[in-house]
Amino acid sequence: MTATTTAPGSADTAAVRRAISSTSRPPRPGPLSAALTFGWRGMLKVKHVPEQLLDVTVTPVMFLLMFTYLFGGAIAGSTSAYLDYTLPGLLVMSVLFTTVYSGVSLNTDLTKGVVDRFRTLPIWRPAPLVGSLLGDSVRYVIAGTVIIVVGVALGYRPDGGVVGAVSALGLVVAFSFGLSWVFCVLGLLLRSPNAVMNAGFMAIFPLTFLSNVFVDPATLPGPLEAFVDVNPISVLATASRSLMAGAPDGEAIVISLAVAAGLAAVFLPLTTRLYRSR
Amino acid sequence: MTAQTELAIDASGLGKSFGETRAVAGVDLAVPAGAIYGVLGPNGAGKTTTIRMLATLIPPDAGSARVLGHDVVAEAATVRELVSLTGQLASVDEELTGRENLRLLGRLLGCSRAAAKARADELLDAFDIAEAAGRLVKHYSGGMRRRLDIAASIVVTPRLMFLDEPTTGLDPRSRNQVWEIARALVAEGTTILLCTQYLEEADQLADGIAVIDRGRVIAEGTPADLKASVGTGSLYVRLLDPARRAEAAQLLERTVGPVVLEPEPAALSATGADAERAATAVAELHRAGFPLVHFSLQQPSLDEVFLALTGHAAEETSPSTDDLQEHLS
Repeated sequence: MTATTTAPGSADTAAVRRAISSTSRPPRPGPLSAALTFGWRGMLKVKHVPEQLLDVTVTPVMFLLMFTYLFGGAIAGSTSAYLDYTLPGLLVMSVLFTTVYSGVSLNTDLTKGVVDRFRTLPIWRPAPLVGSLLGDSVRYVIAGTVIIVVGVALGYRPDGGVVGAVSALGLVVAFSFGLSWVFCVLGLLLRSPNAVMNAGFMAIFPLTFLSNVFVDPATLPGPLEAFVDVNPISVLATASRSLMAGAPDGEAIVISLAVAAGLAAVFLPLTTRLYRSR
Repeated sequence: MTAQTELAIDASGLGKSFGETRAVAGVDLAVPAGAIYGVLGPNGAGKTTTIRMLATLIPPDAGSARVLGHDVVAEAATVRELVSLTGQLASVDEELTGRENLRLLGRLLGCSRAAAKARADELLDAFDIAEAAGRLVKHYSGGMRRRLDIAASIVVTPRLMFLDEPTTGLDPRSRNQVWEIARALVAEGTTILLCTQYLEEADQLADGIAVIDRGRVIAEGTPADLKASVGTGSLYVRLLDPARRAEAAQLLERTVGPVVLEPEPAALSATGADAERAATAVAELHRAGFPLVHFSLQQPSLDEVFLALTGHAAEETSPSTDDLQEHLS
C-alpha cells in the first residue's frame, strides 16, 4: 500500500486510450445516407421538444375555426358550404406556414458550434440542409394532417375520400419542400431567428391572403383578381381542392409542381453556397 | 515517406482578412506529426481564424497550407477525412442527448447503426459521461460538455485534432481531465494543434509552441525556450512580521534576483526564480529565522511572455517584432 493517490478528476486513462485506439475508419457514407441521418436528427429534436409542433399548427387551426364560424355563413351562405371551399386552402396555408420554421431552425443552428463540426465532416456538402428539410417534411405532414383531421371533426367530408385527402397532402408537402429553400436562404442571410420569422411571415402572410384560399376571386376587384389568379398559392389551393374533390385538375397540379421545382432549382444551389461560405 | 509528409501541418504565409481587419497576416507553421503543438496568444490574435483555415472551414485569402500532406483548399475533402475539430463554441448539438450526439456522428462518419451505437456507448463510458448519456447536452456542466465534445471528435480517431481553447472556463478538475485525454490521444498517435491563452497549458501539454500576436507568429520554440526568454517566474513570500521585510528583501536579492515589494506590508517577491533557486531561498529564509506565512513560485503569465517578447502587453500596439523572433530562433 502506498499513500500516493491519483489526483481527483483523473479520467480513466486506460479506458480512454482503449477507446481512442479501437477504431478503424469506415467507408464514407453515401449522400442519401448522410441526408437521412440529418433527417433523423430533426426527428430527435421533435421528440425532445414536441411542443414545437404546436407552434406550427395552432395558427391554422385558429384560422379554420374563426373563418368557418365567423365568416363562413356570410361568405358562402353556410358554415358547412364554406368549410368545403376553404379546408383544402387552409391545408395549403397550414403547411406553408410551417416552411418558415425551416428557415428559422436553420438560422438557430448556425449560431451553434455544432455546424462547424458538420462542416469538417467528410460528407456530401448539402447533406445537413437536405436532411433537415427531409426531417421538416415530416412536420409538414403533421401540420397538414392536423388541419384535415380537425376539418373532418367539424363535418368536412371530401368527395375524393381518403385517397383525395392523402394526395392533396402529398402535393402540398412536395410544394413546401421546394418553397422551404427560399426560407433557408433567408435563414442564412438574416442575423437572428426572429428576423427570419418576421421576414418569412411578412412574405407568406399576404401571399396566402391574396389567394383563393379564403374567398372566391371572382368577387374581387379586377386588378386584385388578376393577381390572385396568378398567385402560385392560388394554383396550389385549386389543385388541392380538386384532389380533395376527387376531380384532379391536371394543369393546376403540374403548375404547382413546376413552381416548386423552379424554386428548388434556384434556391437550393444558393442555399448550399451560402451555407458553405458562412 | 518523404520528409514533407512528416509534417502534420505545413503552412506558409497563411492570411485572412474580414473586411478591413487583417485577422491572420501571414502565418507560417511547421507542426511535426505525433506531438502536441501549442499556438499561444491572447484573444483576437488570430488563433481561431488560423484553425478554421486549417480545418477547411474558411478558405485562406493568402498563402497556403498542407495538412497531413494535403492542400487545405484543393484537397479539402481529403483533409476532412483526417482531421477533427473541437471548437471554442462547443461543437456538439445542445438539443440532443450525449448519446444521440455520438450516434449521430458515428452514422455521419459511415458506421452502421449497430456500430455507431456500440461506439457511442464505449466513448460515454471511457469519458465518464455514461450517467448523463440520456440527458440533453444543454443541461451538461462545462467539463462534461467538453469531454463529450472531445469524444465526438474521436468517434473515428483522427490523425490530426484541433483543440481550440479546450479548458477556457473549466474548473481545475475538469481541466486536468481534458489534459489527460489530450495526452492519451497523442500517446495513441494523433497529432494535436492546441490553441490556448494559457502559458501553463501550453507548458503542460505542448512539445512546441508558436506565439501569435495580431495575426503573426512572433516567436517559436519549445516551452523551455519560451520561458527562458521570459526569465522564469517569481518567488512570492509573505512574512509573519512586516517589520523584517527589508531584511528579507536583502537575502532574496542575494539568492534569487531583483525584489519587488508587494502592496501588502509583509509580502515581497523576487523575480528570476526557478524551482531550484526558490527552494534554496526559502530554506535560507527559514534558517535565518524569518517566520513565513506563505510562499509560492509563480509561473510567468501570458502577459509577461508578451511583455518579454514584444515589449508591450497583450493588447497594445507593437513595434516591429522581427528582432525578437530572431532572438528566439
